[in-house]
Amino acid sequence: MIEIKDLRFQYGEGDFCLDIPHLQVKEGERVAIVGPSGSGKTTLLNLIAGIARPQSGQIITGATDISALDDGAIRDFRIETIGLIFQEFELLEYLDVLDNVLLPYRINSALRLDATVMQRARELLTSVGIGDKLDRHPDKLSQGEKQRAAVCRALLVKPPLLLADEPTGNLDVMNKDRVLDILLDYASDNNATLVTVTHDRDLLDRFERIVDFKQFLSDSRDGVAAPGQGLDE
Amino acid sequence: MSGIFYLAWRYLAFNRWKTSILVGSIMLIIYLPVGLNVVVEQSGEHLTARAEATPLLVGAKGSPLELVLNSLYFSLETPEIMQYSEAASIMDSGLAEAVPLYVRFRSRAQPIVGTSVEYFSFRELRLADGRMSAFLGECVLGAAAADALDLAPGDSVVSSPETAFNLAGIYPLKMKVTGVLERNFTQDDHAIFVDIKTAWIIEGLGHGHQDLAQPEAASAVLERTEDNIVANASVVQFNEITESNIDTFHFHGDLAEYPLTAVIALPRDQKSGVILMGRYVDGSAASQILRPRDVVDELLDTILTIQQFIVAAVIIVAIATIATAALVFLLSLRLRRSEIDTIGKIGGGRWHVASMLLTEIVIVLILSSALATGLTILTWRYGSAIIESFVLS
Repeated sequence: MIEIKDLRFQYGEGDFCLDIPHLQVKEGERVAIVGPSGSGKTTLLNLIAGIARPQSGQIITGATDISALDDGAIRDFRIETIGLIFQEFELLEYLDVLDNVLLPYRINSALRLDATVMQRARELLTSVGIGDKLDRHPDKLSQGEKQRAAVCRALLVKPPLLLADEPTGNLDVMNKDRVLDILLDYASDNNATLVTVTHDRDLLDRFERIVDFKQFLSDSRDGVAAPGQGLDE
Repeated sequence: MSGIFYLAWRYLAFNRWKTSILVGSIMLIIYLPVGLNVVVEQSGEHLTARAEATPLLVGAKGSPLELVLNSLYFSLETPEIMQYSEAASIMDSGLAEAVPLYVRFRSRAQPIVGTSVEYFSFRELRLADGRMSAFLGECVLGAAAADALDLAPGDSVVSSPETAFNLAGIYPLKMKVTGVLERNFTQDDHAIFVDIKTAWIIEGLGHGHQDLAQPEAASAVLERTEDNIVANASVVQFNEITESNIDTFHFHGDLAEYPLTAVIALPRDQKSGVILMGRYVDGSAASQILRPRDVVDELLDTILTIQQFIVAAVIIVAIATIATAALVFLLSLRLRRSEIDTIGKIGGGRWHVASMLLTEIVIVLILSSALATGLTILTWRYGSAIIESFVLS
């Protein structure tokens, strides 16, 4: 599903340089990315999503080489193919829960908003337990409710690929499990690929594979670690 | 595009106070010069039309503006007082018809206009209901005055006392309403018309009281001679003129010396008007004659000059406001950086974000313009009445 070849990315003239010779994630695979802060985990998600562009190398998602797409095509590809979940939720304060979930349909003409989509959004929000808070604004929601709303926004377009950047980083234990359940169930039910950046060792057992970014800071070329290993400690 | 409009609208609605302030400021910038222009033009036309319809005005020497505003628009400011003999003198000259005016009293907010029947034909005022006043103590109401006071023929209206705590002051007179005039959309609509003698009775120059020759008035008589009876304050004075007491009403002194605020002179022809004006050229005359149109033109020139200053000030304020609004908008872009980033990450293009921000500006401008247009329409309908009430109060 995702294949990265000879990827090189650098922020301006800074010291940081992400260098990934090869990394592959299979279709339907559930992968956790771990590693020290500043090792480039979030940057990798941004590169896969096409938010950032590499200086060199290839990122192939499905059959599409996104490093070859122009900005407009990348946006269309991202909005139709990738569900993004952020640690800080990134809900718009002036929209209520339902409108936040429908946001992808309002900002890109590649998606068409109709009654079916709206109904699906309501069902999705109900399935994650916030169906009675559709008209609430983010400032009236708990942290767990905010993340569940953000997850619904990512799942609404039924993406084959989910990229989650520390989705449980701001949540308590109960909400951590709940949000992860939603993501894993979705991936399992839809054979979707899930790539999650996390610092939470308690959650790693639930992923099929763990990629430790420590190796990309050293000379090692083997980017694969066993579950529970390679955590930033 | 509907999605962009929806998001822009949600943002403005969520930040409703910020939006309201912005809309209000821009609305004022648009409205003030336009509305001011409408008001000045309309009231100019209104004032000019009435002044144009009044050929000549004679009054005591003093402020020409006060004389015109009081005589034509029944303003609160009473001009210098002249004598009734001036009206008789104009009539005697054969050059013009003289319509006396005594505009000094009010009933609540409505002016009481003491005049003669010629005033009604001169202003082409017609009855809508009832009859014209025929006796002392009767009055005819303008349509707006009848509405304001909620009166109809058969009702009564009381003049307002001038000095409530002055024992020697002017006491209210209860007057019978005999008719209501058709609306003619001038200041006459707001007036209460009485005969000039009734106006003098309100002032206390004429009065009616119990017959001092009767035995029941004996206790009030202080001194009785062959020619004169002196009574104390216990004599019953009438504050309403009725059929039974009208004969007791009388005036003391020479009526020729009784007060008027103005005389409207209606020259028989242009030549007569010029000759009549010539009689007042002599600076020693106690009265002045003027063309109301000239005075109103002078007033409008002053108003136009003030208007130009106000518009210039508004333009300067507008530039400052637009600059401030632009600054606020640019600063808000910084505050909205994370929102813009989120939209970009999810899949919104730069032009989507730019369109959304532009749509917000357009909505604010449309709302401001719509409100300014609404206010301008209201001003067009009611503005001249407002400015006249300012000028005439």
